[in-house]
Amino acid sequence: MKIGDHEWRLDPIGPHIWRGRVETGQLLALSRAVKDEGGQLVALWGSDDRHLNGGFGIHVALLTGLGLAWVSCALPTELPAYPDLAHIFPQADRMQRAAFDLLGITATDAVDERKWLRHNAWAADEFPLRKDFSPLTAHRLPLPEVDAYPFIRVQGDGVHEIAVGPIHAGTIEPGHFRFSIIGDRILKLEARLGYTHKGIEKRFEGMDIATGARLAGRVSGDSHSAYAWAYCMAVEMATASAVPERALWLRALFLEIERIANHLGDLGYLGNDVALAFGFVQFWRLKEDWLRMSAKLFGHRYLFDRITPGGVATDIDAAGQAELDALASRIEIEVRELKAIYDEHATLQDRFADTGICKPELAAQLGLTGLAGRASAQAWDARTQFPQAPYDQLDVNMATQRRGDVLARAEVRFAEVYESLRLIRGILKRLPAGGIHAPLQPVQAVCEGLGWVESWRGEVVVAVRIAADGTLDRVHPHDPSWQNWPLVEVGVLDNIVADFPLINKSFNLSYSGPDL
Amino acid sequence: MASYLILQKILKTGFVSEPAPQADPALRTREQALHAVILKVFGQAVAIRHVDAGSCNGCELEIHSLNGPHYNIDGLGVKFSASPRHVDVLLVTGPVSRHMEAALKRAYEAIPDPKWVVAMGECACTGGMFGESYASCGKISNVIPVDVEVPGCPPTPTALLQGILAAVSKGAPNADD
Ligand code: SF4
Repeated sequence: MKIGDHEWRLDPIGPHIWRGRVETGQLLALSRAVKDEGGQLVALWGSDDRHLNGGFGIHVALLTGLGLAWVSCALPTELPAYPDLAHIFPQADRMQRAAFDLLGITATDAVDERKWLRHNAWAADEFPLRKDFSPLTAHRLPLPEVDAYPFIRVQGDGVHEIAVGPIHAGTIEPGHFRFSIIGDRILKLEARLGYTHKGIEKRFEGMDIATGARLAGRVSGDSHSAYAWAYCMAVEMATASAVPERALWLRALFLEIERIANHLGDLGYLGNDVALAFGFVQFWRLKEDWLRMSAKLFGHRYLFDRITPGGVATDIDAAGQAELDALASRIEIEVRELKAIYDEHATLQDRFADTGICKPELAAQLGLTGLAGRASAQAWDARTQFPQAPYDQLDVNMATQRRGDVLARAEVRFAEVYESLRLIRGILKRLPAGGIHAPLQPVQAVCEGLGWVESWRGEVVVAVRIAADGTLDRVHPHDPSWQNWPLVEVGVLDNIVADFPLINKSFNLSYSGPDL
Repeated sequence: MASYLILQKILKTGFVSEPAPQADPALRTREQALHAVILKVFGQAVAIRHVDAGSCNGCELEIHSLNGPHYNIDGLGVKFSASPRHVDVLLVTGPVSRHMEAALKRAYEAIPDPKWVVAMGECACTGGMFGESYASCGKISNVIPVDVEVPGCPPTPTALLQGILAAVSKGAPNADD
């Protein structure tokens, strides 16, 4: 694969997905070449490979002009280290810190060496994702009460801090936000996450492939189908297993249903956050109708465990297709009515516009992705540029905006609701006949694969390595919230504290996803 | 213009709220002393504080749904509150991550007595897919006392409501009526 002037040894392992290994010394040059071309770093994670080749591994998933490149470097057993990538891709910062917390592999010369996922559940010299880590010893240790974390301090006359969380006032996931403010204006926001870290990656180790799909879908429940699909894509790639065409189309159907459900909920909450309770009630009424339809047709309101390795667990019949099609049409009419109200509502427009701005240049620099990225002119959507089947036959229209404010993120949501409804009607019309499931090919030797799915929030990547005995050896699920959280911190600058809930909701990032 | 469209839409939509489900006393895991006596005084008006102790965020989706128009919880006297100081019921989701253990205990202690704890979802009831590990304490009752367990992954809003009502309705069947 040619990136910049250099030919890199990367081989295609799936449509638009590439695989390669480079020397640690080449990692910087490769990253720079990708950045110069306008690419991004999507994910970074580590692995303990000592039982395979006697060392550790560092892995990156890079978005290039030809698709996603999964590149790995072998690191030594003693003092495993690789060059800091955060000075090229700032979004690497927290991923590198997490890789250290979990595996003890170091990003050399990184500016920020503070812990990230580790609070007080294990000691600084213990590394849970090392194969020789003993979870039982750690589990019995009493927890130190206080978990010290050096926040960056803003000093000067009249500056003070507001500390919020981990438990928030509303029904949202736990995390800590440290605001430095002057008067009502935000001078700095620093998030501290990791509260919901529940050892998901360790949990995958030794699990059978089928159970792994259930766990993958629960990395971030609101993106269940995206994760389950990405995981299944990875294990199907690893085992060179074919999936029936109808199953792939049903997976896309589930993914678009999930996108609509989340967008409807968010559009309701965005109304609520500017005191338009009417918006909340209306959109959540539509969402409830949508969820009940999923429960009726597919057996689960959020389609949990409907995507399984080798296919899907539920089919749809002609009557179901007609019902879904009719509901999609009704929802579209109603959303258009509500959009007209949001457009006309002066207070709402006033609060949405110019609030929580992430400028396109900054978004590009910091790697803002997914729906928030598209609202800041980052025109990436894996379904459009690098489609996996059946998206290669669906011609997805990408929604983009340039303003980068709350209004832009709301507009992208509206546009994506309409587009997903159109896709759903198209899928229902063209759904190929045939089976919905095929058994995976048996595992013969250690094998690996990568799944890449555009969730409603952004790209979900799942990398999988299967051991020779057919159990999972290493699974890394990547949530788009990793990249986007730092942009929330930037987007709130100079806004008033009271607008934080609105700005935060306009991104609606996952805590569980990146906390793992 | 917006107000006109809003009124028009409200009229067109009509009422969507549904009758409330019955409390499901079978979800109860323990009976507290004075339970019936207290409830005679307070009836069924109940304030809830939710704490996510490490969930996948799937259970939260259904708490949001419960606040939607189909379920009309305000009409039942059920209210979510921002502070643990104001509530009767602590609704907890997820397994308890070790990083949330201290915060969950503090939230529990901050609630004035008498108080009830509702554990929502498979993870909260058993540890679920995440179980117990270096990072997870498993089920809620490993960390604080639990009164009602609502299974499901995630439980439907109706099941959740049945659990909440079970926490604050009089005793188990035949217990004290
Ligand atoms: S019970 Fe299910 S939905 Fe609820 S937190 Fe656990 S995995 Fe998520």
